[in-house]
Amino acid sequence: MTFVSVFYGWLFYFATFILIGGVARKVYQYWKIPAPLKIPTTPAPLTKRGVVGRLLREVLLFESLFRANKTIWLFAFLFHMALWLVLLRHSRYVVETGIFLNFIQPFGKYASFVMVFGLAGLWVRRIVVDRVRYISSPSDHLMLALLLGIALSGMLMTFVVPTDIVQVKAFFRGLLFFNWHNLPAAPILLVHLFLVAILMLVFPVSKLLHAPGIFFSPTRNQVDNPREKRHIAPWALELEKQNKLYLDEVRRG
Amino acid sequence: MADYEIPKLTGLGYVEVPALEPDSMAGKGPYVAKPEFQKALHFPADFDKGVSEGYELVPDWKNRALEKLDDLRHRYRSLQLYLDICVKCGACTDKCHYFLGTKDPKNMPVARQDLLRKVYRRYFTFAGKYFPKLVGAVDLTEAVVEEWYNYYHQCSQCRRCSVFCPYGIDTAEVSMAGREILDHIGRGSKYNNEIISKVFKIGNNLGLPGLALADTLEGLEEDIEEDTGIKVRLPLDEVGAEVLLVTPSADFFAEPHVDGLIGYAKVFHEAGISWTLSSYASEGANFGLFIGSYENMRRIALRIREAAIQLKVKRIVFGECGHAWRVAYSFLNTLAGPFDFLDPKYPVPQHILEVTWGLIQDGKLVLDKTANDDKVLTFHDSCNVARGSRMGDKPGGQFEYPRNVIKAVCNHFVDMPADTIHDATFCCGGGGGLLTDDLMELRIKGAQPRMEALKYVTDTQGVTHMAAICAICKSQFTKVIPYYGFKMDQIVSVHQLVSNALVLQRQVSVQARPEDENEDR
Repeated sequence: MTFVSVFYGWLFYFATFILIGGVARKVYQYWKIPAPLKIPTTPAPLTKRGVVGRLLREVLLFESLFRANKTIWLFAFLFHMALWLVLLRHSRYVVETGIFLNFIQPFGKYASFVMVFGLAGLWVRRIVVDRVRYISSPSDHLMLALLLGIALSGMLMTFVVPTDIVQVKAFFRGLLFFNWHNLPAAPILLVHLFLVAILMLVFPVSKLLHAPGIFFSPTRNQVDNPREKRHIAPWALELEKQNKLYLDEVRRG
Repeated sequence: MADYEIPKLTGLGYVEVPALEPDSMAGKGPYVAKPEFQKALHFPADFDKGVSEGYELVPDWKNRALEKLDDLRHRYRSLQLYLDICVKCGACTDKCHYFLGTKDPKNMPVARQDLLRKVYRRYFTFAGKYFPKLVGAVDLTEAVVEEWYNYYHQCSQCRRCSVFCPYGIDTAEVSMAGREILDHIGRGSKYNNEIISKVFKIGNNLGLPGLALADTLEGLEEDIEEDTGIKVRLPLDEVGAEVLLVTPSADFFAEPHVDGLIGYAKVFHEAGISWTLSSYASEGANFGLFIGSYENMRRIALRIREAAIQLKVKRIVFGECGHAWRVAYSFLNTLAGPFDFLDPKYPVPQHILEVTWGLIQDGKLVLDKTANDDKVLTFHDSCNVARGSRMGDKPGGQFEYPRNVIKAVCNHFVDMPADTIHDATFCCGGGGGLLTDDLMELRIKGAQPRMEALKYVTDTQGVTHMAAICAICKSQFTKVIPYYGFKMDQIVSVHQLVSNALVLQRQVSVQARPEDENEDR
């Protein structure tokens, strides 16, 4: 085994552990913290099924963003949808390809251009529009740089300097089945993979939490039925049970 | 006159998104509540006047503020989530009426959230602890507290930003948390906390005692009789009435609110529904909402439950009040339920418009629309009704019911531009606990988007009056629209219009019959 292979192998184990563990921890936290009041932004669906529809429209079509701002919507929508295609295409590095994955390959390949276009648009907007520039921290710019770096280094391999993808697949399947293989030591590949590992590592401690987070957003995921069904949080129920007005009286016992 | 410029209306119907003017609304915020009022609301009161001016913070304020933030983020998923997941996309940046009116970038919803988020990050997140500069995290200092106090009292918690946020981030949740933290370190707002303490002491925001209230209602009965020749009753504390009406106390004397109250009374009279007000729960508007205090909001709401039990009513109906209706519709069952002792045939609670529209549909009211022919009406959707509640049994009923009622009692109605009504409505500029004279500049500037829309329909469609269903909207507009060249009396209550058009058929109001009398019979 080459040093590079061992380094990247452990790096990806670590990054995967942090990504899954970190996101699971946050999701568990969002799951456990109660929403003490009914606060759906109305008009809101009256049924659970309606709420599923609302969330799907948010996640698949970016409905609210579309209402808010057509420019951001265009760039964000193109970026995210292209990202899905690219990710799907990349799944061939860990699973065996079938009809679907073969079919998706060219779409995923050219989606990278759309992805870069979307990211570039978002970044230009972040710099050019004074309001968005005002609310941006260095990390907001770095996140776009990271994603663009990943996209561009990937495209470089796809379109300009091909990499031994058979060996790349062997490496990742090897990680999956604990039967390690060497990773080609191509510089662009190493840059690409290193940036991906960084993305995985920052995911659970950054704004990328918006992805799992939206499903927990009370203004979007609550059913509008407060008159019909009583909604109460455990800590609020304690006030009632102990016949107290203030929480510190409950805590004091 | 004021030392600030009153915005000039363009006539375009909207406010153009302004270039940023940093710190244009920097300042000290509204008057700070005295320790005695903090105490009344069970907030820490161990602070006093400073050596120079204003009040000091409580001892050890920094730790106590952080402790409260930590407490809140473990009790409110909204807060924890919204502090985490904002991607700074900028979709909300041009949605706040206060930003549009003041141009201060800290009034952009995301920037307002960031005031708390940057502290949350510094003390509670990996990135903020180890890479503060990278993620814009900052230490909690007195300057930060001052900014919180100032800018969390420039948010009317109208939730317009939450409509447009791709994740539904609701700045109201953040500014409520901000105010709750401030209340725990000696920075309560005088306006809100004094009012809440009056509710605890007397029963309503205005501090109007029972006798004065009875007197006022009697006066109104005389007015109606003078006007119509019919004695329409406005009962107080009548045990055994069918309906307990809970309405904002401004309805008892302010204009045009009181004309709305007369409207409710006439509707109940005509429908033959016995009803009563309660001197114990003589307030619809629950200011506990504004300060983000679940406990105080519940304590106010429980008065309504108690009044309903004591007066042995079968239904609870709320008058025209935006925040009252949000707390009533969305929270009352949570805070003071279950209401299994009331008549299950009716939703608990009901909005007066649900009652009136139901009666109109059933043909129970004789209406003469020409009584309002001197007016061309438009309707201002109140923020908390539009985005935090519902009427009827379909989503969006909160937009239809008031319009249906207005169209049933008026011949001339037009809507303002589409991006200023329904769930995209603009706050009046005085909601969320900001309806105080020490925030006049903010209130005038914050009203600009609504004023532009009103100006537009005035110029293009000849609108003469704007109807509202919220005590704060009515008070704010009557005070602020003269600055924009309109007249105070152009603001009307929806039930004022109903009152004008309603032709009374019944000669005597149906009275409450206490249970014991019934048994005698």
